[in-house]
Amino acid sequence: MTTFASHYSYWITVLLLAAGLYIMIARGNLVKKLIGLSIFQTSVYLLYIAPGKLIGGTAPIVSEAYRVYSNPLPHVLILTAIVVGIATLALGLAIVVRISTAYGSIEEDEIVAADAGGRDRA
Amino acid sequence: MIAEHLPALVVVVPLAAAPLIVLLRSAALGWALAFAASLFAFGASLALAAEVARAGVISYHLGSWPPPWGIEYRIDALSAFLLVLVSAIGAVVAPYAWRSIAAELPREQHYLYHAVFCLCLAGLLGMTATGDAFNVFVFMEIASLAMYVLIALGRDRRALLASFQYLILGTIGATFYVVGVGLLYLVTGTLNIADMAERLAHDGGTRPVLAALAFITVGLSLKLALFPLHLWLPNAYAYAPSAVTAFLAATATKVSVYVLLRFYFTVFGAGLVLETLPVPEILIGLSIAAIVSASLVALWQADLKRMFAYSSVAQIGYITLGIGLATRDGLTAAVVHLFNHGITKGALFLLIGGIALRAGGAGFERLRGLGRAMPLTSLGITLAGLSLIGVPGTAGFISKWTLVLGAIEAGYWWLAALVVLTSLIAVAYVWRFVEAAYLQAPDARTPPAGEAPFSMLAPSWLLVGACFWFGFDTSFTVESARRAAALMLGGAP
Repeated sequence: MTTFASHYSYWITVLLLAAGLYIMIARGNLVKKLIGLSIFQTSVYLLYIAPGKLIGGTAPIVSEAYRVYSNPLPHVLILTAIVVGIATLALGLAIVVRISTAYGSIEEDEIVAADAGGRDRA
Repeated sequence: MIAEHLPALVVVVPLAAAPLIVLLRSAALGWALAFAASLFAFGASLALAAEVARAGVISYHLGSWPPPWGIEYRIDALSAFLLVLVSAIGAVVAPYAWRSIAAELPREQHYLYHAVFCLCLAGLLGMTATGDAFNVFVFMEIASLAMYVLIALGRDRRALLASFQYLILGTIGATFYVVGVGLLYLVTGTLNIADMAERLAHDGGTRPVLAALAFITVGLSLKLALFPLHLWLPNAYAYAPSAVTAFLAATATKVSVYVLLRFYFTVFGAGLVLETLPVPEILIGLSIAAIVSASLVALWQADLKRMFAYSSVAQIGYITLGIGLATRDGLTAAVVHLFNHGITKGALFLLIGGIALRAGGAGFERLRGLGRAMPLTSLGITLAGLSLIGVPGTAGFISKWTLVLGAIEAGYWWLAALVVLTSLIAVAYVWRFVEAAYLQAPDARTPPAGEAPFSMLAPSWLLVGACFWFGFDTSFTVESARRAAALMLGGAP
């Protein structure tokens, strides 16, 4: 029970990962799929950042006054990952806008049906 | 002075060319810059490959920070081989793109295409050159985001949906990869691949390491389109602009295979992956499923581009089959086939681009009597098709031959027989093209007589020629692959 409680950040990570993945599979709306994707990616941020924190730890400043340091590297990595995530989301939304103009819908089943009906027009 | 910095320059030059092209806003200048950057990358890769063959592993410290603290670029026999493949295809596709893109994209998008192409090239080269696990992720995303854009440029509106589906699946793959790297970082406290390998040698096989292995395997399998995670590939290849399809088919999945090999053999070690865990059995099973099912599906496609897209899934199966054999010969076959399949598929998709230009598409109904309307293109597709089948005298034969030898050596007689049998399915689908082009009479939908422009034919035929060159002269391909396989299995570097 104590390990369960003391590792709560991992449980949140797993929950976010599974929830994001489920949304991407279960939802046909393209914007909702992107929301799922964002939640999915967020879980990774937590996975990296949580172990970087030490209770009572400070920024790595070389001084007599501080003895326990938190690891800054995960933060730097996740800063990069967040930028990548934003770029992906922006590109995904841009493609959805163009799909919406081309098909008049952002529901996956309607789009597939529209293509099945007009296979020869392409 | 410059030679010393080649490992970084091979990535930095295409990367820097991209924003420059956007600033110049000119289609002609953009094309010239993209071509120059890809030629530079090709020259630099050849120089690096020669240096690695002469003096062994090159370790380049970015910003002079020594590893494992700084980011290290590490070129060894395997990555040098991949650098040559990727940059060679880049240098062939760049001149081809001038006319092909002009025909397929509106004029105001031309310079943007060249910029994104440079980004994609830089990302793929970066994934290969870097020796840092997180850096691989960053370059993977640079390459992938560029690919989603390139695919979405396709004329057909279905290209948009294909791009979106690839974006979702590709991001899931990349995120799985980064989860795996995160777990490895938690265990080892390092991101440098060589350093990680050293530390895992002591405490490998613990549960987080196994979880990392699983995440990285699934993530990269999505990226390299291993059956049954290949669903994004056929539509992406079929609806992307012709030059893009040729570039992606020849390079993107291959680089992902490289990253998988790097993690399997350098980081986790052959002992853990091939002996303790049932990875070979799983890989062999999935590879057989990929080869058989994708080859059969390819037989029924109504479009030439889609047919060869499914054939790509099958060919990736041969590559992973080589890995699954878990022997030195099997690995050699996998690495050789990375290269040989790259040039063969590159040649095929470049030639199909010529057909798309003349006929407005590559559906089989437009191919009747094409042998008379476009004799050079049809001959090229037939010859590259022979290499795809693995007829003696072609590059494809060398791959299949090493694979069959590897299977026999590993004691899998039935797998050797299966490789030969499934090549017959390739004969059947290549024959569909030959039949349409040479044995059927032209009708109203056949394009009028006339070849694709020279700037498109010449790069295509260069690759067709390479399919035969590497069928006779295997000193570069097989020797490099042998060295790479020895390196991976921990023999002499």
